[in-house]
Amino acid sequence: MVWKDLLVERRSKETLNALFFFGLLLLFVFQFALGPDRERLAGTLPGLLWLGFILSGLLGLGRTFVVERENDCWEGLLLAPGDKSAIYVGKLAGNLLLMLVIETILLVLFGFFFNLDLTHVLPALAVVIALGTVALAAVGTLFAAMTAQVRARELLFPVLLLPVEAPVLLATVKATEAVLLGEPLGSVAHWLKLLAAADVVYIAVGVLTFDFVMEG
Amino acid sequence: MRSLLGGVTLVGLAAGLVMGFAIAPREATQGNVQRIMYLHVPSVWVAYLAFAVVLVASIAYLVRRAEAADRLAHASAEVGVLFTGLTIATGSIWGKPTWGTWWTWDARLTTVSILFVMYLGYLLLRGMIEDRERGARFAAVLGIVAAFNIPLVHFSVYWWRTLHQPPSLMKPGPGTMPGIIVTALLVNFAAFTLLYAYFVTRRARVLRLEAEAEA
Repeated sequence: MVWKDLLVERRSKETLNALFFFGLLLLFVFQFALGPDRERLAGTLPGLLWLGFILSGLLGLGRTFVVERENDCWEGLLLAPGDKSAIYVGKLAGNLLLMLVIETILLVLFGFFFNLDLTHVLPALAVVIALGTVALAAVGTLFAAMTAQVRARELLFPVLLLPVEAPVLLATVKATEAVLLGEPLGSVAHWLKLLAAADVVYIAVGVLTFDFVMEG
Repeated sequence: MRSLLGGVTLVGLAAGLVMGFAIAPREATQGNVQRIMYLHVPSVWVAYLAFAVVLVASIAYLVRRAEAADRLAHASAEVGVLFTGLTIATGSIWGKPTWGTWWTWDARLTTVSILFVMYLGYLLLRGMIEDRERGARFAAVLGIVAAFNIPLVHFSVYWWRTLHQPPSLMKPGPGTMPGIIVTALLVNFAAFTLLYAYFVTRRARVLRLEAEAEA
């Protein structure tokens, strides 16, 4: 499994470059769409930030299993000895790492373009982002395995993932908003609990059902 | 048996309509608009019932691999989406004169609309997969994920914002509604549940015939 993990990371470098560029483009688009008005940008920042995360997540996560098909590794995956859920955990770990790297880059870019000083809220922000990203990646990895085996996958993947992630998006945006305003994490404890619950539920369902996704 | 269920359902719906729109008293502040509750609340109930059935049937399919369970999940999801849509439509019609707007991002409206798109995605997934067995497996997985997501959707949206009036039926303490209204509502609950059972059995039968015709 560790081997699998390393493989994913090594491969993700090609994805990483493209996603970095995509993130940069997103920032441009946000700026152009909203204009240079600093006040308005500040109000929408938490939403924009997570919009950036989720859009790049959609692209990155969606490719998780497609690369296996393109590289003809799919049968190898299916034939791999041991529990299929190990593949899920490995893929999830790889995706998590990829997304966290992308999110860090996006965060720096946001700070740079919107002229924000995020250093004093960074620890709290990191907690929110970590919890939210686990929830995104857990369902994303499961769904990516399904949609990779279906036609019109690049269409179906976001269509399935976005509604399911709605509570996660609400929670992360609200929590991020509070954190950016300098409020302590305690004031958003209920959101963090919800995110933690989502993480646990999603990973548990993912581990338990992944077997059925990888049958044929 | 099927036509009996259909007949009973029809009688029940007719009785429910008469109870709700003729016998039950006119509500003092909202007027006749309030009567839409007799359709609105049972619709939500059926929607939640349908999605619960999807969950149970999905688990049953993955464990037993019985195609009947898959057809039950499929039929139930379709009926669930239909009634979620009905809930939104009736709520909207009620909301315009009462709240002054067709749509607002109130907690329960948002919850129901998220459920709506979630299960619409479920049906979309089913439609996209030609291979019957694979479609059944994937749909079952999605049916389970979606069902476990419902409480998360509920709480997140509830904290996000709330404007909807609290439920007036199941709250503790002495009821504020006169008995006749409760009776009318209960008749409609029963009729809608029968309607759900009727739709699902008919739809599951069509799915079975389709499968047989293909085989």
